[in-house]
Amino acid sequence: MSATVTQIDELKTTPWSGGRSPFNVEYGKMMMWFFLLSDAFTFSSLLISYGALRFSASTWPIASEVFQSVPGTSIEHGAPLVFVGLMTFILILSSVTMVLAVEAGHRMARKEVVWWMIATVIGGFMFLGCQALEWNHLHSEGFWWSAIPNAETLKEFFDPKNLPALAQQQMTAHQFANLFFTITGFHGFHVFSGVIINIIITLNVLAGTYEKRGSYLMIEKVGLYWHFVDLVWVFVFTFFYLV
Amino acid sequence: MSSEPTEVHHAEGDHGDTMTRGRIIKVALILSAITCVEFFIALYMVPNGHMPINVANPVYIVLTLFKAFYIVAFFMHLKFEKVGLVYSILVPILFIIGLILVLTNESHHWITLRL
Repeated sequence: MSATVTQIDELKTTPWSGGRSPFNVEYGKMMMWFFLLSDAFTFSSLLISYGALRFSASTWPIASEVFQSVPGTSIEHGAPLVFVGLMTFILILSSVTMVLAVEAGHRMARKEVVWWMIATVIGGFMFLGCQALEWNHLHSEGFWWSAIPNAETLKEFFDPKNLPALAQQQMTAHQFANLFFTITGFHGFHVFSGVIINIIITLNVLAGTYEKRGSYLMIEKVGLYWHFVDLVWVFVFTFFYLV
Repeated sequence: MSSEPTEVHHAEGDHGDTMTRGRIIKVALILSAITCVEFFIALYMVPNGHMPINVANPVYIVLTLFKAFYIVAFFMHLKFEKVGLVYSILVPILFIIGLILVLTNESHHWITLRL
């Protein structure tokens, strides 16, 4: 072979010329991405079904009427979005502490990783606690899977100037209840499993597993999952509470 | 998101370009600010008649997509991954867009079926 570099040899330096991963990412991390992609499909199907049912309904419970209390306090009326705003900020903040844990992992700073992970877990529990209060509040009003409040309570959730017929109120309230509990429930289940995974990983960090392994890549992988949970919440928040 | 998957790009961009503390705080502030804007629209502008609801709804969706971009690009680090990985995650999102188009179109026919 001559030492001159031919055109063919030049081509072999591209990412897809073989010999190394074109993605340049560790196997587990890539698989986490593909899992999250499939999970994104699942959540999208749920949210798009919600959208389709809502588009095809002539009326829908008004979000600022349904969610106008702050569960856990004495505020029952006139505070729309306050409680869910708190939940949203808790989840954003726990995403921030997660990414700070990843950053600390890059520097191999074990103590910092532990503290940021603990902060993330606390954020996760706070969010779950808020969601439990929110569910409990809706349940006390009469909402549950295929259960809706009585006609007297129900009419408060619709525009009084343009009140739809009771049968229509009941039909859309049923759809609202089923979709709300299914979608926030599926999301809450993800938060719950994320918290459990975060706890396991924190214990591993404490046990020195990643110190021995020489890399805190595992923090990045669970971090991806945790940020995805935050990402889904951003959409749930918009489509259930704002729109 | 650069579209040149070359070795040069790899050497110059990917390694130095990552999430520093400063950048994390900046993205966190952007996400909080967007959420505050959403609250401002929902709690002040719409109830006081400064913005009709049919204008506010698309605004919410655009702001949500901005938030999604910042979470995926920076917190999930996708902006700094190799372009092959970026595309293999982003291109399948077309299926979701497809389902949105199909079902929103379909749902307009359900209205007539229900009456």
